[in-house]
Amino acid sequence: MSFLELQNITKIYPNGTKAVNETSLNIDNGEFVVFVGPSGCGKSTLLRMIAGLEDITNGEISLDGNVINNIDPSERDVAMVFQNYALYPHMSVFNNMAYGLKNRGISKEEINNKVNDVAKLLEIDQLLTRKPSMLSGGQRQRVAMGRAIVRNPKIFLFDEPLSNLDAKLRNQMRLEIKRLQRQMGVTSIFVTHDQTEAMTLGDRIVVINNGVVEQVGTPKEIYSKPNTKFVAEFIGSPQMNLFNCKIENGIAHIADMRINLNNSANIDDASLGIRPDDILISDNGQHTCVANLVEYLGSDMIIYSKIGDQEFSCKLSSKINLNAGDTFKFDISNTLVHLFDNTNGSRV
Amino acid sequence: MKFKPLEILTHIILILGVLLMVLPIWFSFATSTHDNVSIMTEGMKFFLGESFSQNYNEVLNEKGGWSEEVTATRMFVNSFIMALGIATLKVVISAMSAYALVYFRFKLAVPIFWLIFITLLVPLEVRIFPSYKIVSDLGLTNTYTGLILPLVASATATFFFRQFYKTIPDELLESAKLDGANSWRFFIDFLLPLSKTMLAAMFIFMFVYGYSQYLWPLIMTTDEKYWTVVMGMKIIFTENYEGVALPRTGERFAYIILSMLPPVLVVVILQRWFIKGLIQTEK
Repeated sequence: MSFLELQNITKIYPNGTKAVNETSLNIDNGEFVVFVGPSGCGKSTLLRMIAGLEDITNGEISLDGNVINNIDPSERDVAMVFQNYALYPHMSVFNNMAYGLKNRGISKEEINNKVNDVAKLLEIDQLLTRKPSMLSGGQRQRVAMGRAIVRNPKIFLFDEPLSNLDAKLRNQMRLEIKRLQRQMGVTSIFVTHDQTEAMTLGDRIVVINNGVVEQVGTPKEIYSKPNTKFVAEFIGSPQMNLFNCKIENGIAHIADMRINLNNSANIDDASLGIRPDDILISDNGQHTCVANLVEYLGSDMIIYSKIGDQEFSCKLSSKINLNAGDTFKFDISNTLVHLFDNTNGSRV
Repeated sequence: MKFKPLEILTHIILILGVLLMVLPIWFSFATSTHDNVSIMTEGMKFFLGESFSQNYNEVLNEKGGWSEEVTATRMFVNSFIMALGIATLKVVISAMSAYALVYFRFKLAVPIFWLIFITLLVPLEVRIFPSYKIVSDLGLTNTYTGLILPLVASATATFFFRQFYKTIPDELLESAKLDGANSWRFFIDFLLPLSKTMLAAMFIFMFVYGYSQYLWPLIMTTDEKYWTVVMGMKIIFTENYEGVALPRTGERFAYIILSMLPPVLVVVILQRWFIKGLIQTEK
């Protein structure tokens, strides 16, 4: 039995919108799981159902062996970090962190110790007397984390906590969250729409689309073997190239280009996916294209080109001398391609 | 320092406005420090006289009324109790009903709110006979309860609190829930401190409202022990036209000045809070 079990969870809002559909998931103790998906895919709803902030229309959630469907959020022993932090504006940082402990009837001395310890851990011990309005975005973020940590809950829930920070701070906090989670070993669920965050943070990633789980797996599995076309497009930056093609006897026809897939598949309407950095550029490559646009990124550059009328991009080292308008030769290795059936979007 | 013409003009208007507000009060105060003979012969005064302590002492301690038992001090106490009771209960009740309307999603919350709102159209003066009937049937005439109770519901305050609570982000409630706050604790630990400014403002308005009630105490009280300052203004120091006695204008002005003090004090004391709350935006 897993630490947190979701069984056939469904959420239908009173207006009839189906936000989450028949989702099942098992999460082990100490695991860091990331829910990732586009806006409105139901990932936050799922998180809020675990927190107890949304009713569950159907299905069962159990935590540590107990069904928690009808347990009040305050009794579930979960802590949540909100997107806008939801700090208590009229309380000092100390009281923000102490409030949950006070409600649990913990002695003043113990509260003092706990808050001070956590404040030191997060390096906010100089800010304890301040009000949230006197803190910077990063400091507020830390206080929100501290408020969750100090309660020592069974699960941490993060609802896109980094999306209000600037890019530099976001990277820094991302590392810090990861470090803290490792250090404390508390089961955590992190919701984000940013695939980089998902890849870097999660032990396992749950890709959600339209209220349905598309794939669950380690970042490596998800990246190297996406189960569906959606996952293939969503994970990875720059996006995976997907060519609409027809496959006859294991040969993919993309415009006038032929790629031998080394199998005997026959699909009328397929998508052939290849990551931009898996396209191998070499002088004796089989295929030739014109670089329409070159994006220089420092160590790498991205080339935008077309096969027939289908656009694609490839990522390569910027040491190669290639300018817009130049032709280049490349190979697509059949071991690096991902094949999807367009009728249902699943991997072939 | 140089002033632009527009600034000079605005300041002149401002100063005129201040004079218009303050001068009558000053005249009343100056007149209240003169003896009745000089007021009678010379009219309103601009400069201070010498009867300050005598007039104010008489006002506060002389027993008046038909029974010759009620003093102005007594009326001040009554008015204070009434205004305090009305203001406190109004604020508490409307804050709580707004809390119920906003946070407890029962059916009919919206119709109930509009029902409350419509009562704005039915002030006490309109329903004064039914109200009197109810209060007297309950045996509450000539009691503080009777003075206060019919006035403790406030649609205005409920409306303001409701609008304020609606601006508080949902995450705050959710976060508080996860921190183990029940609905009572959320009200006490979050809504009340967050609406400090609003509470102070409402308290000021309602205190002045309660203090300046005239008709209701007039109808409600037959016992002079329950007279309030505002109704006393019409009655006190007018009954003593005995023989050649002069109208006691000095004392009456002293009484008027004193009657203005409590609301002014409430405003001055709470205004500090009020402004402090406005400066620290805490949301």
